[in-house]
Amino acid sequence: MLWLTCPNCGRRPVEEFVFGGEVRAESDPILEPDEQDIDLVWMFDNPDGLTTERWFHVAGCGRWTTIRRDTSIDVEVS
Amino acid sequence: MISPAELKDVVPQIDLAGGGRYPVLGASHHLDGATARHDRVAWGYAAGASQRGVDILQHTPVTGLVHAGDRVAGVQTPGGPIAAGVVLSAVGGRVTALAAHAGVRLPIRTHPLHAFVTNNYAQELGSIVASTELVCYVSQTERGQMLIGAEFDAQPSYSRQSSFSALRAYAYKMTKLLPFLRELRILRSWAGICDISTDFSPIMGETGVDGFLVTTGWGTWGFKAIPAGGEAMAELIATGRAPALIEPFRLDRFARDHLVADHGSAGTR
Repeated sequence: MLWLTCPNCGRRPVEEFVFGGEVRAESDPILEPDEQDIDLVWMFDNPDGLTTERWFHVAGCGRWTTIRRDTSIDVEVS
Repeated sequence: MISPAELKDVVPQIDLAGGGRYPVLGASHHLDGATARHDRVAWGYAAGASQRGVDILQHTPVTGLVHAGDRVAGVQTPGGPIAAGVVLSAVGGRVTALAAHAGVRLPIRTHPLHAFVTNNYAQELGSIVASTELVCYVSQTERGQMLIGAEFDAQPSYSRQSSFSALRAYAYKMTKLLPFLRELRILRSWAGICDISTDFSPIMGETGVDGFLVTTGWGTWGFKAIPAGGEAMAELIATGRAPALIEPFRLDRFARDHLVADHGSAGTR
C-alpha cells in the first residue's frame, strides 16, 4: 500500500491524495512545435521505475506537492 | 432497465438500501451477460494458431526491434533477431517500453488492477453483479467462490503486489450491496497491470512508423472485444488497409482531437 509524504501533513495513505500526473524528466527531443504540443497534451513517459509526479492532498491540507516514486514497486522514494 | 423490486427478484441477496449509503434506484439487466474462463480461451486460441502453422515462442522476450532504414523489419530476442514484414505489438502491460524501441510515444498509462476470491458460498448467486456507481463487480466461479474486482489503482504502477488498501476498498463497496459477503473469507488476491489509454478506448492500427503496428490500450476490458479486434488487425496486416470497424481507434485520433468516448456511453471502467 502506497504512503506519500505531504510537506504539511506528514506521511499519509494514498487514498487521501489525487494523482496529478507525471512531471516530464527532460525536454522532449521533438522539434516541430505542433508535434511538441500534441506530445505534451497526450503522451506519457509511463516509466517502469523512478518518476516525478504531482499529487494533490485533497483529504488533507488541500495543497499540491511533488513526489518521487518508484513505479516498479509503487513506493515513494526520496 | 428494471426497477429495484425486479432487481430483488433477480438477485435476492442484494441490499436495496446499499447499507444505508448507496441505495439502489434502478438497474439494467443484461440477459446475455456471462463470464468465460480466460485461460481456456487463451489456450484455445493458442492451440488453433499452432495448428494453422503459427510458431508461438514462450519465455522469449522482445529486447528490441530490427530497423531497416526508417522502417521496422523484425524483432530482437535473446535467441537472435527474427525478420518480419510487419511487427504488431499486442503486449499488455508494457507497451510503452516496446513502442519506445520504434520511437513511438503513446497516450498510455499502466495501472495495476486487483482482484480476489473468497471461500465457497453455499448458495447460488445467479447473476454477475456490477455497480457502475461504486465501480466494482462480483461473480461466482464454477467452484462456488465469489470473484470480486473493482477499478484499477488511481496511480500508474507496474507493481503486481496485491495491496491491503485495495482489498479493503473493494470489500467495503461490495458488502454494502451484498451483505452476505461479510461472512466469507478472502482466499487469494492478485494484481495485474493494464495499459489504459487517455480516452479509455483501445488504440489499433498504424503508428506512423512503417512496419510497426500496435493494438493496445485495452485496459481492463480487452477480453470481450479482442476476438473482433484481432481479426481486424489481421485484415490490416494482410491488406494494408484498416477495416471500418477499427478505423476510429487509430493512434492519430489524439492528434486530430477525435477521441472515442465509449467510456461514458458504456458506463464502465
